[in-house]
Amino acid sequence: MAGDIVEIVLRAVCVLAAFLVLPLLVGQTEHKVMAHMQGRLGPMEAGGFHGWAQLVADGIKFTQKEDIVPLAADKRVFRIAPALGIVSYLFALAVIPLGPHTVGADVPGSLVWVLAVGGIGTVGTLMAGWGSGNKYSLLGGLRTAAQLVSYELPLILACASFAIAAGSLSLVGIAHAWTPWWLLWQLPGAIVFLVAATAELQRPPFDMPVADSELVMGPYTEYTGLRFALFLLAEYAGIVVMSLLLGVLYLGGWTGPFDHQIGWLWTLLKGAIFAVLIIWIRVAWPRLREDQLQRVAWLGLVPLALLQLAITAIGVVVTSR
Amino acid sequence: MTKFLSGLAKGMATTARTMTTHAHTQQYPHVKPELPSRSRGVIALLEENCTSCMLCARECPDWCIYIDSHKETTPPATEGGRARQHNVLDRFAIDFSLCMYCGICIEVCPFDALFWSPEFEYSTTDIRDLLQEKDTLGQWMPTVPPPEPLVPELPETELQQLVVEVEPEDDPAAGRTTERGTGEVPPPGAGEQP
Ligand code: SF4
Ligand code: SF4
Repeated sequence: MAGDIVEIVLRAVCVLAAFLVLPLLVGQTEHKVMAHMQGRLGPMEAGGFHGWAQLVADGIKFTQKEDIVPLAADKRVFRIAPALGIVSYLFALAVIPLGPHTVGADVPGSLVWVLAVGGIGTVGTLMAGWGSGNKYSLLGGLRTAAQLVSYELPLILACASFAIAAGSLSLVGIAHAWTPWWLLWQLPGAIVFLVAATAELQRPPFDMPVADSELVMGPYTEYTGLRFALFLLAEYAGIVVMSLLLGVLYLGGWTGPFDHQIGWLWTLLKGAIFAVLIIWIRVAWPRLREDQLQRVAWLGLVPLALLQLAITAIGVVVTSR
Repeated sequence: MTKFLSGLAKGMATTARTMTTHAHTQQYPHVKPELPSRSRGVIALLEENCTSCMLCARECPDWCIYIDSHKETTPPATEGGRARQHNVLDRFAIDFSLCMYCGICIEVCPFDALFWSPEFEYSTTDIRDLLQEKDTLGQWMPTVPPPEPLVPELPETELQQLVVEVEPEDDPAAGRTTERGTGEVPPPGAGEQP
């Protein structure tokens, strides 16, 4: 019994550590990759070697800032919102396997769990938008909600396709069932997932809710200091979760040479591929307008996801004969 | 649709290409910039040349040059001579918080007392400290680069060619000398031979 508790605590600490370190790595990568794609150097000073401590310095800066709650804000909601945003991805990260046994909590329906808690973050953004007592925040929050409704559907359909192909709702099970020809078979699903995940994270080109030229900073307009930093952290944690998820679902997670010893490294590497892709998309492409954003979801992604579902179903029926 | 997709692909390709090429950023405090010798960084004063004539102060469009001077009389050096008067500069200051680096003061100075210097690291934490007095302006004199040659330097042989080609036309006297055949001046085209 005591051993169980120790194990649970240890696993929780590991997940928390990963949750704090991986988003910083992604953030630093984004700083650097984006800078070099724009012909700049990016951070070079903080920490000495190529500005490796830039995000740590940013964090220290954020803690020193004044914590302002607007007079007209719904104060309790305003204060809780950032926590909600970040907690959802922490919950999601807990069930994503790095290896067949390297997983925070090995639950049977982990895919369903990830999709379910993923929505909480958007509730946090909606609360931030509604609670700020600011029209820009409200508009941003509502756009977030609209975006969630449109993109959750293709995301779930794409995940359903992976689940059907593997015959399992557990992420570990799906990764075990992976075979190389998923690369072709599940390609449309992976594209749908990647696009929908970027939209869920409200990152460019799907950053209409925080479109700075229209809405100042959308739902985050009124936030300062640590609470604002939490929203930023949530965004990068979201990239980590979505990239690892795609790495596990579409690229087979830990499957690779020597996967008994360095399986977790394969998972991280595959996740990193998608994280860089998400950053790259941000740098290269312009922002979608609100109506175009909805068009992409309903006229592009949903049909594509349904098609993928049909292809998967046919494939499963044919191969199980 | 294909145009849209190729546009997206082009964006990805361009950013990827930029990422893999070298960034041209100069990391300024660690690497000093190489400024052209005619950079307008700061105005240096050669106090010895200044006659306190006030031309610069009067021409300055925003009146940011301050000059105070007084007259001194030198007694005649020899018996029955005339006493001489001259200006002594007490204060010369330029307020760089107002200066717009137009260079009019430098152009207008008849005595070559003001110079452009490429030195630019003189920012202050208080705007009032940008009023620089004549000793500071004088300290910038060593940073003034020598003037650039009017004609860019050419290799020896080309220079000789230039001289030889130009001489007979520009200087009629030289042409006459060759006609008379004194042999002193090389005939045209002689410089072409190595
Ligand atoms: S550069 Fe122009 S503005 Fe500056 S002191 Fe000289 S005349 Fe005045
Ligand atoms: S114009 Fe030249 S000589 Fe006259 S006061 Fe100005 S700096 Fe001195």
